[in-house]
Amino acid sequence: MNKKRLLFIILSIFLLTAPYLFETRYSQHVLILVLLYVTLGSAWNILGGFAGQLSVGHAAFFGIGAYSAAILASKTSLSPWLGLALGPVVALPVALIVGRICFRLRGPYFTLATIAVSEVVRLVALNWRDLTGGAVGVVIRPSVFSGTDKVPYYYVILVMAVGTVALCQWISRRKLGYFLMAVREDEETAESIGIDTTRYKLIALSLSAAITALAGAFYANYFLFVDPTVVLPLALSVEIVLIAIIGGLGTVPGPVLGAVLLKLSSEVFRNYFEQANLLIYGALLILVILFMPDGLMGGFKKFLTGDKRRVTG
Amino acid sequence: MKEKTLLELRDVTARYGDVQVLWGVSLAVREGEIATIVGANGAGKTTTLKTISSAVACASGQIIFDGEHIEKLPSHKVAARGIAHVPEGRRLFPMMTVRENLELGAISPAARRHHSDTIDEVFSLFPKLKERERQLAGTLSGGEQQMVAIGRGLMARPRLLMLDEPSLGLAPIIVREMFDIIRRLNRDGITVMLVEQNVQQSLKLADRAYVLENGRVVLEGAGRELLDDERVRAAYLGA
Ligand SMILES: Nc1ncnc2c1ncn2[C@@H]1O[C@H](COP(=O)(O)OP(=O)(O)O)[C@@H](O)[C@H]1O
Ligand SMILES: [Mg+2]
Repeated sequence: MNKKRLLFIILSIFLLTAPYLFETRYSQHVLILVLLYVTLGSAWNILGGFAGQLSVGHAAFFGIGAYSAAILASKTSLSPWLGLALGPVVALPVALIVGRICFRLRGPYFTLATIAVSEVVRLVALNWRDLTGGAVGVVIRPSVFSGTDKVPYYYVILVMAVGTVALCQWISRRKLGYFLMAVREDEETAESIGIDTTRYKLIALSLSAAITALAGAFYANYFLFVDPTVVLPLALSVEIVLIAIIGGLGTVPGPVLGAVLLKLSSEVFRNYFEQANLLIYGALLILVILFMPDGLMGGFKKFLTGDKRRVTG
Repeated sequence: MKEKTLLELRDVTARYGDVQVLWGVSLAVREGEIATIVGANGAGKTTTLKTISSAVACASGQIIFDGEHIEKLPSHKVAARGIAHVPEGRRLFPMMTVRENLELGAISPAARRHHSDTIDEVFSLFPKLKERERQLAGTLSGGEQQMVAIGRGLMARPRLLMLDEPSLGLAPIIVREMFDIIRRLNRDGITVMLVEQNVQQSLKLADRAYVLENGRVVLEGAGRELLDDERVRAAYLGA
């Protein structure tokens, strides 16, 4: 049996049994958070990493998913599972409109436009009080799973995270993945050799936004509360980007490593330094840029292949 | 004789923002021939090719390819019609392998259907690329990168191959090789539009030549004819 397969089996067993290995509610909560950010980082990576379109507005899609699920659950007696499906359904048209506008812009202008869009979404949520409850937010009754057991939530987010990573892996091997990488490396040339770059950027954005909204809908059902400062802050958009960059932009395992490292360390440090989270992110980002310019994944690869030039820097 | 016009530009103008660069360029390329545009640095050669492939918008005038207007089509649709543009400076995807770069040249359904045959043809044209199939394109020498760029263009199975300064920055011996390849491709039936600063070599090669100055065609004729033209000799051949 080769090493890769062994690693895969060990990892699978660990992921399937984790909530029973870590029985405290707090550690189960941390596991759920890590998997949530694995999902978010990997979803962002489809657009930001593969296609090279650096969105710093993904909180918008997360918020749209979270609000869709929360509003549905609080205003109707429909199953909250429907809320999970509703998130992506609402986020998709928004993503297509955003794409039509923002993809006219390149590089830093695109990034600024995504920030602007997510701020608009936040302001809408803050001011459309009849629908969103404004600054007060929306509270929902627990109903996806009865009681306060975290284990079922763990398995739901595990499926989302594994599904998203598998999708990324699939894309990276397919025509779609190559087209997106061509767009990232040289958009004008990609277009001139016959790639409909706008179309493929829209596909990447749609996939990315739909999964991010799905994660947002999960979040609403898990935390049972959404308001603009929790699900729509700029800091969330930035955090998602950092996870992908620190892990390794455009690689499949990158955002996974990034999410594990950042969420675990921010939980650890929060217990000691309280609000110093972003400071930790900043410090990690600087370390990675200095010592592993290709992210953790790049450093990891060099370590495995024995090429340590850039790692020891 | 070679009669049918494959590509025609009528009074084409183009601008970058407020700066007009092309001032009514008209030219024609007949099926099966090698046409060349020569001219000094900054004359508008690259802009002409970019306007044909729609990377730069055609501000006024008409571009007709195989009897149909293409001046309003987006770039990827121009490519789909059968025009392959091998850009100035190669513009490869540097973080992808040689093979991946080549495969990305075959986008249209027809090109994809034939892509394994075409890639064999490209490798027989450039045996060096076969050896470097798995190497990252960004790590190749200039001459090899130019081969990949041409190969990527051929992968589309184009009806018109536009080459923008394929000899730029290459050693003299490689330059000669490049011109041989172009002649060979043309003999195999590909119509070629060649842009060059290497005036002597390209005029020798071309059936039809256009001299561009400040965004205007100032001279046109058979390649050999222009080679003997006094004005051309004075301005470009240092004689
Ligand atoms: N992207 C651009 N923006 C503004 N001006 C440009 C741009 N590209 C080229 N130009 C200008 O257009 C003119 C023609 O350039 P170009 O078509 O590249 O000439 P050539 O290929 O014959 O050297 C030059 O004066 C050049 O400075
Ligand atoms: Mg030029």
